[in-house]
Amino acid sequence: MSRGSNILAEFLRGLGQATFFLLTIVRALPGALLRPRLIVQQLYHVGVLSLIIIVISGSFVGMILALQGYRTLSHFGATSTLGVFVSFVVVRELAPVVTALLFAGRAGSALAAEIGLMKATDQLSGMEMMAVDPVKRVIAPRFLAALIAMPLLTSIFAVMAIGVAGGHLIGVDLLGVDQGTYWGQIHAELRPHDVVESLIKSLFFGIVIAWISVYQGYFAAPTSEGVSRATTSTVVVSSLIVVGLDFVLTAFMFR
Amino acid sequence: MISPDSDIHVRVRGLRFSFGPRVIYDGVDLDIPRGKITAILGPSGTGKTTLLRLIGGQWRPKSGSIEVDGVNVHKQSRSQLFELRKRMGLLFQSGALLTDLSVFENVAFPLREHTDLPESMIRDLVLMNLEAVGLRGARELYPEQISGGMSRRVALARAIALEPALIMFDEPFTGQDPISMGVLIRLVRTLNKAQGLTSIIVSHDVKEVLSISDYAYVISGGKVLDHGTPEAIRASRSEYAQQFLHGRPDGPVPFHYKASKNYADDLLESVE
Ligand SMILES: Nc1ncnc2c1ncn2[C@@H]1O[C@H](COP(=O)(O)OP(=O)(O)OP(=O)(O)O)[C@@H](O)[C@H]1O
Ligand SMILES: [Mg+2]
Repeated sequence: MSRGSNILAEFLRGLGQATFFLLTIVRALPGALLRPRLIVQQLYHVGVLSLIIIVISGSFVGMILALQGYRTLSHFGATSTLGVFVSFVVVRELAPVVTALLFAGRAGSALAAEIGLMKATDQLSGMEMMAVDPVKRVIAPRFLAALIAMPLLTSIFAVMAIGVAGGHLIGVDLLGVDQGTYWGQIHAELRPHDVVESLIKSLFFGIVIAWISVYQGYFAAPTSEGVSRATTSTVVVSSLIVVGLDFVLTAFMFR
Repeated sequence: MISPDSDIHVRVRGLRFSFGPRVIYDGVDLDIPRGKITAILGPSGTGKTTLLRLIGGQWRPKSGSIEVDGVNVHKQSRSQLFELRKRMGLLFQSGALLTDLSVFENVAFPLREHTDLPESMIRDLVLMNLEAVGLRGARELYPEQISGGMSRRVALARAIALEPALIMFDEPFTGQDPISMGVLIRLVRTLNKAQGLTSIIVSHDVKEVLSISDYAYVISGGKVLDHGTPEAIRASRSEYAQQFLHGRPDGPVPFHYKASKNYADDLLESVE
């Protein structure tokens, strides 16, 4: 009982601290926007360096979906709708969710570790003593870069999965679905608001991952163990929140 | 203590501070005279670094006040505190260089953040400051490629880049060979004479620090044990000061971190 309430108290304290921290970051965002060079630098770190894993995963997810979908659809003689099947699943669910999970593992963990180490080696207090606010100089640009990167990476994931290498490669080039039908069906069935909803999801996931990783890094205990714990928590907590939040968002969007 | 009010750059009154149950300061009064070099001496783990962080406003005292230029550091808003810090340099014990920036960019960092100087001017200032600490040739290197002593010298170059009025050195001489030590000592003294910089030097190298300082405080166990000019400290008959100056393990300053049991009991205690 008391252990349970301790955990609850600890959780609420953390939540309060994280919320307050988020407000501090949001207040620092306008200032960060005035220094695009810092954001571009971080975009490279969280975005460009995540590209490979996103491109490869997107391609394989698309190929797997095409294989699985083709088998099922052929029972109903509906293989011409393969494009619709792949694109619906990818755009509505897999692109935002899988990208978010990969992003948390690749970029979120790196952010938390980097910030945690900066703290442990006095770099953050060093900045403070030079009258430079680490939230403005270090946290805000990283937060923004993660926000911007998520929808972009999600789009790249979707394009790879549906078109370039994934569904198209297996469905059209290997299994012989007509190319015109593949794209025509997608064009006819996939509505713009599917795409918009997908991007909204990815934006939400981006906020969650960016928030959790900078929070975990900034409030890590300044030790090797503290940094390692921050890194792990970032991946675990982000992943759980992403899948939970996905359910909530999906429920709202398909009312 | 010394001279009239305006000559006091940092004034500490009734300072109390603790980490949890461990009391670090228990009612300390200090006056740091303006334009002078003041040494803070004391055994390892007494709270010298803590004192500098308190003066810099990173930590908050439990009670008492710290005034810099007559302004209470802990009664400022965050932006006021940052204004105050622009005129303050703190040289961290670890150097605290930014690891993703080169030596050059580290020294340029405060200039880029706080001034709109053209690139050519920044370059000149950085090179001048690096030259002063003998590291102009190392400007392309990254912090992981230089030694601990070099890091501290880079940090010094960075700390003086904005020409602060007050600079606090945390163990600036640790890890320096006799030659760099001599250069650093001369540099600190030159800065002090030429720019009227107020310097606080925390150090274990008692002989070296006393040789350049104008005033010295000896702290231990949360109290000021002795203070005065270097001559007075050297001549002091206080057991504390003498023990510290001559590095004797026994005396009023305990070498050991306080333990709850005595040594024999601790060893004899059977393992459950
Ligand atoms: N973040 C912290 N949390 C808890 N205790 C701390 C913390 N930082 C320092 N201490 C304790 O405060 C005391 C003073 O630390 P401080 O770093 O100020 O010592 P110091 O005088 O600078 O020592 P040294 O000469 O070895 O650098 C130490 O005994 C240490 O155990
Ligand atoms: Mg120290």
